[in-house]
Amino acid sequence: MSEVRFTDQHEWVRVDGDEATIGITKYAAEQLGDVVFVDLPEAGRKVGAGGEAAVVESVKAASEVYAPVGGEVVAGNPALTEDPAKVNADPEGEGWFFKLKLADKGELAKLMTKDQYDEFVKGL
Amino acid sequence: MTMNAQGRPTAPGTIESNELATISGDRGLDHEEALIFEIGRDGHCGVDLPTVQISENRLAGMRRKAPIGLPGLSEPEVVRHYVRLSRMNYAIDSGLYPLGSCTMKHNPRLNEKVARFPGFGDLHPLAPQSTTQGALELISELMKWLTTLTGMPAVAMSPKAGAHGELCGLLAIRAAIQARGEKRNRILVPESAHGTNPATAAFAGFVIDEVKGTADGRVDMVELEGKLGPDVAAIMLTNPNTCGLFERDIRHMADATHKAGAYFYCDGANFNAIAGRVRPGDLGIDAMHINLHKTFSTPHGGGGPGAGPVVLSAALAPFAPLPLLVHDDKGFRLIEDREAVPDGAQPFGRMCAFHGQMGMFTRALSYMLSHGRDGVRQASEDAVLSANYILASLKDVMSAPFGDGPCMHEALFDDHFLDGTGVTTLDFAKAMIDEGYHPMTMYFPLVVHGAMLIEPTESESKDSLDRYIHVLRTMALEAKEKKTERFTGAPHLAPRRRLDETAAARKPILRWRKKELPQAAE
Amino acid sequence: MRYHPLTTADRTAMLAKIGVSSVDALFKDVPQQAVVPLSVFDLPDTQGEMEVDRKLARMAAKNTAAGAAPFFCGAGAYKHHVPAAVDHLIQRSEFLTSYTPYQPEIAQGTLQYLFEFQTQVALLTGMEVANASLYDGSTATAEAVLMAQRITKRPKAILSGGLHPQYCETVETVAALSGVVSRAPVTPGKAEDIAALIDNETACVVVQSPDVFGLIRDLKPIAAAAHAKGALLVAVVTEAVSLGLLEAPGFQDADIVACEGQSIGNGLNFGGPYVGLFATKEKYLRQMPGRLTGETTDASGKRGYVLTLSTREQHIRREKATSNICTNSGLCCLAFTIHLSLLGEEGLTRLARINHANASALADKLARVPGVDLVTPSFFNEFTIKLSRPAADVVDALAKRGIVAGVPASRLLPHDPSVRDLLIVAATETTTEEDADALVKALGTVLSEAPSTSGAMF
Repeated sequence: MSEVRFTDQHEWVRVDGDEATIGITKYAAEQLGDVVFVDLPEAGRKVGAGGEAAVVESVKAASEVYAPVGGEVVAGNPALTEDPAKVNADPEGEGWFFKLKLADKGELAKLMTKDQYDEFVKGL
Repeated sequence: MTMNAQGRPTAPGTIESNELATISGDRGLDHEEALIFEIGRDGHCGVDLPTVQISENRLAGMRRKAPIGLPGLSEPEVVRHYVRLSRMNYAIDSGLYPLGSCTMKHNPRLNEKVARFPGFGDLHPLAPQSTTQGALELISELMKWLTTLTGMPAVAMSPKAGAHGELCGLLAIRAAIQARGEKRNRILVPESAHGTNPATAAFAGFVIDEVKGTADGRVDMVELEGKLGPDVAAIMLTNPNTCGLFERDIRHMADATHKAGAYFYCDGANFNAIAGRVRPGDLGIDAMHINLHKTFSTPHGGGGPGAGPVVLSAALAPFAPLPLLVHDDKGFRLIEDREAVPDGAQPFGRMCAFHGQMGMFTRALSYMLSHGRDGVRQASEDAVLSANYILASLKDVMSAPFGDGPCMHEALFDDHFLDGTGVTTLDFAKAMIDEGYHPMTMYFPLVVHGAMLIEPTESESKDSLDRYIHVLRTMALEAKEKKTERFTGAPHLAPRRRLDETAAARKPILRWRKKELPQAAE
Repeated sequence: MRYHPLTTADRTAMLAKIGVSSVDALFKDVPQQAVVPLSVFDLPDTQGEMEVDRKLARMAAKNTAAGAAPFFCGAGAYKHHVPAAVDHLIQRSEFLTSYTPYQPEIAQGTLQYLFEFQTQVALLTGMEVANASLYDGSTATAEAVLMAQRITKRPKAILSGGLHPQYCETVETVAALSGVVSRAPVTPGKAEDIAALIDNETACVVVQSPDVFGLIRDLKPIAAAAHAKGALLVAVVTEAVSLGLLEAPGFQDADIVACEGQSIGNGLNFGGPYVGLFATKEKYLRQMPGRLTGETTDASGKRGYVLTLSTREQHIRREKATSNICTNSGLCCLAFTIHLSLLGEEGLTRLARINHANASALADKLARVPGVDLVTPSFFNEFTIKLSRPAADVVDALAKRGIVAGVPASRLLPHDPSVRDLLIVAATETTTEEDADALVKALGTVLSEAPSTSGAMF
């Protein structure tokens, strides 16, 4: 079963083999409000852990989305370009942002588990 | 990801209307109005001009081939169209406009009149300078007012708005640092700053470093001093700041900044609180733009045009952009040529073609001459007095984040008084529309949750302030009693209900297009 | 003071409510040593409306208004007739004294005219989208260059030698911060071979048509050359009325159009405020600077307009904004929109033809004056002539005779000896036959006289 980890910047990452899928959490999507636009990284771009990888915009806010782990971008989610509302409808599923080829699996260990993240959000 | 920490709702909601439906769709004096493209017809015209014959010889074969697609209308149709549109707008002439940080004060009509004197309004920027001496004299006199009121030795007049003035100031700072043979690329900006400050610093090629605020709404001096260093080019500070407070430590900040070899940029958006009383030059400021449309009352015009002259300290004055204005025994003269500048001047470049917003200069000088130095001081005092009167009259029912004051020319509230009421800052502000007021500035400054920033200006009578206070008090008390009907989905009585900004941003429609007849399948 | 409604009694009552004894107490956070007495300001005290009116009227009277003399200046600002309805409508309180339309429920008037303005600009320039205006043509050109640098991620901008020199300086001032700006040679009356200068580092070429000397440029081959190297074409227009007669830049494959809109609806105002028109292709929308108005519906389903895509802008995006601009040229674009609505397709076309016809007739007459050669073989309403003497001296001599003859090229290019004798002359619908004849006659006289040795005033 694939493993899902979370950052304190409200991104999630799901890993299958050496491929990581990244999106923003349900909490983040709710805080942002109705998403109107996402700017996704091009395939082939290399990003470091914590680096700016994408931008998500609601009417009144624009937020950077950081890569939870480093690697090379495999693809952005084409469905978001057409219908950014998917981020609100299903943030941790169909509303994923981009996929990375993982550079270093060890980085995952530094991220939060689901339980840890839920606890973290409760404290905000 | 970076978070939206302001708590600002973005959904428009939907409502069922139970208003009386009219046949026309208009409602008494409130007319619906189609787009000019939907009203016009081919072949009509609102001007009488002859059709003249022209030869093609001198057009280089570049004559337009297809029609432009502009509608044709007669003059009465055009006049009615724009008059009807105007009636859908709120305006300072029709009511109190309590927009904090925007300064909506009375716009005297004398200023409009003098700007239209043919000698100013119908004067070409590149006409021989012997034929424009009066215009140059006017600019010179305005420069004297600006430098005298600010206590600064020089002023660059060409920036076309406040943000353009910020850019001018930062480019002067960049040039001064280069002239010293140094490289400094960091600019310290308090987190409460106007969005233009970091945007301008980035635009001018600097890296932005945010400085936190203290619990009493001011810049954290300890953090500021900790961040000053040999790579810092400048600090950018608004004073009075965006929380409506005077930065008490400003002299100390200036000294620390200068000691670190950096320059002190002041955002002059709030100069109207201290004009005639405090000179920024005495505070150690190196550059400050002055929004003529705020402090000196040139009309906002629905978003512009503005004007943003920048006063400069002796350290930055040599780097002021072209053109320069000089006065000698031959009269006034604009220097537009980099190589013809006086000794010591090293202009960093040019902000725009020509010489700046003359039409705004005329209006601002008319305001200044009318007020005089005593009137300018009185305006600042009345603006501060009125804001404090509002703060004092509302602080028991609304929540003021930085204590009991005094404030400067703006009274800041946050949304704690709405906790648990189900009413948001947005609802509260929009409900003011139904009461005949423009909402206050909301969700700014960003450092306060659900901020509401009220700037009454010096233009309101006490009766007007008392009526406004009565409305706000009653609204605050109703919200606390959870009587939410006037807030939910407000405004109810405006030309439009809340608009769907989400739909507008997801599928932008940015222009009218002729409805095409359905095309046959290929 | 007539603008201050508070009375002394009001102030006393308000201070009592606040709980302080004097207004000075409200300024307690201001360091005492920073507070200055009024006498420090060497400025006059309050004056009545009549005194201010008189003082400013005297200053205005020292200037020669364009309408008060035979007048031929252009070079980026043009004298046109503005219908009386325009100035009346823009002075309506609801337009003049309203704020930026951030509260759309009570600002539909402003928002709808901005939507109309955007549509008119898109149609006029032949582009897909236009914004709600920038400060003026020169700053719009600088923004266009920065936008091209963002889109192409390349540093270099190549400016045509026919681009207004003050526009060049404006672009250089900001675009050189993040890239490289180079100017092509100045070739009055001829098109330089700008295509040859485009390389793989080039973000954009910036070409003005009609250029600063009046010459009409064919943008299509330049666009093709730019596109072949992955660069963009920024087209600049300083005389918006020309778009009523000449092919729109959009139909010549321009990627971004920056245009000075002063000519339509706006007076000369000694250089400002003007209105910068800015249009581009839809695919570059998110890189566009400035405000945008979009159509939407309200909660009851009625059509309405809002400011949109504001996440590009400084008040949300702060240091990541596409530009630091937080103004549009509000009232000036309203004036533009009203004037263009009055003109319509018919009126603008006729106006443009009259401009060209008047300029053509004037050029023919001037070319017959001994010592005058027409430099620009093609033009719209402005052309350049070469004189037998330095143009600045001639302009000064003619100014003394009550004629404002045009803009000497040396005023714009003071260090280019090759333009010393060139005079840029504009004629519009306001130019009468008597004006033209007065210029022709006086110019003939001045050119036949020996050059004065006293020198020009400036």
